[in-house]
Amino acid sequence: MSFRQRDWASHPPLIHPDYKSTVLRGPTKPLVPLPQSLSEVTGPVYGAESLGPDDADLTRNGRQGGASPGEPLGERIIVTGRVLDEDEKPQANMLVEVWQANAAGRYVHKADQHEAPLDPNFFGGGRCVTDGEGRYRFITIMPGAYPWGNHDNAWRPAHIHFSLFGPGLATRLITQMYFPGDPLLDLDPIFNATPLSARNRLVAGFDITTTEAGFALGYQFDIVLRGRCETPREGAS
Amino acid sequence: MSRGQTPSQTIGPFFAYGLTPEQYGYPLRSIAGADLRDPATEGAEITITGRVFDGEGAAVPDAMIEIWQADPQGRYRLPGSQGNRGFSGFGRCGTGSGPESGFRFTTYKPGRVDDQQAPHISVIVFMRGLLNHLYTRLYFADETEANLRDPLLSSLDPGRRATLIAELSAPGEYRFDIHMQGDRETVFFDV
Repeated sequence: MSFRQRDWASHPPLIHPDYKSTVLRGPTKPLVPLPQSLSEVTGPVYGAESLGPDDADLTRNGRQGGASPGEPLGERIIVTGRVLDEDEKPQANMLVEVWQANAAGRYVHKADQHEAPLDPNFFGGGRCVTDGEGRYRFITIMPGAYPWGNHDNAWRPAHIHFSLFGPGLATRLITQMYFPGDPLLDLDPIFNATPLSARNRLVAGFDITTTEAGFALGYQFDIVLRGRCETPREGAS
Repeated sequence: MSRGQTPSQTIGPFFAYGLTPEQYGYPLRSIAGADLRDPATEGAEITITGRVFDGEGAAVPDAMIEIWQADPQGRYRLPGSQGNRGFSGFGRCGTGSGPESGFRFTTYKPGRVDDQQAPHISVIVFMRGLLNHLYTRLYFADETEANLRDPLLSSLDPGRRATLIAELSAPGEYRFDIHMQGDRETVFFDV
């Protein structure tokens, strides 16, 4: 058993000069092909036992009981989708980790110096495990855009970071989910480092059936991990 | 019946409160940290210390390193095994919580996973400015014989092989620096 290769027509290059930090951090020598062994087809195992009670509800898991208890500020949203492989097989019981800025475009991270307010009731980190159909679901706050130093008047489009292991070390993926219609997408060198034909896979779709009346807008974002090279024979476990 | 792979994007500079919260002092439980030791596991304890250097030789203070390894008997954790208790084989460490911009894992030396490969640890590198995570491997300097017979190590350009060998700096203490570019650029794999 092994996993299909990373499809380099779908992934960004390692050095993309418009995204300036890649210039000194992306390797310059070609990647060396590594035939997958047990070390690559096995991978970290984290299931429901890894989760805390409110880990998938980012509108609750950062609430403080102190001076200003209550709900985080901003627009509540539901973000859901399926984790699949390239053959559209649902990836059940997979850990999905997310982190994001608050509604004002500010991260809890101590290194974030953007002059926008922190929200005492919003932390911005969460996780969940996919169900039997590969589905994950988060309740959170619409993240704000924020400025960064890549070039003059540079702004990151609103996004949520996703981290997944999938079934093996080879299927590891960290990506970013963007929002439909964001005018900053066309100007963002990180989004635009992705090959044009694959770029729209990073953009969630607004979905009225995911939207809950009187509560929150809904977005759908499927994540496709590398598929398996061979299909297991009938009856094989 | 086929869907294209979701493209990778950078981990960015602000991953720590989501992925390595306890290490950086954020109020969220970490799923994994830099100490992989487990009370029920017996084996030779080791530390792995290193830094990540960019193309100008500066230590990168916002990288995240993940390791995946077999236990001292050469067995990987499999889904459903032991109710996900015991040695996980997985560790995470950011390079931004200490003054040296380094990482340090405490774990066990892995056993051999098959007859051919030398003992090794899979290493994944993430950082701001890296649009795709990179895979590399750590081998042990004191496994000279096994390393000589390892098919992957043997297949590499001899001049670059040393980038994958963790040096023994004291008994049980290994040093493994990662160079993103330059003469000592680490061998990264297309897995």
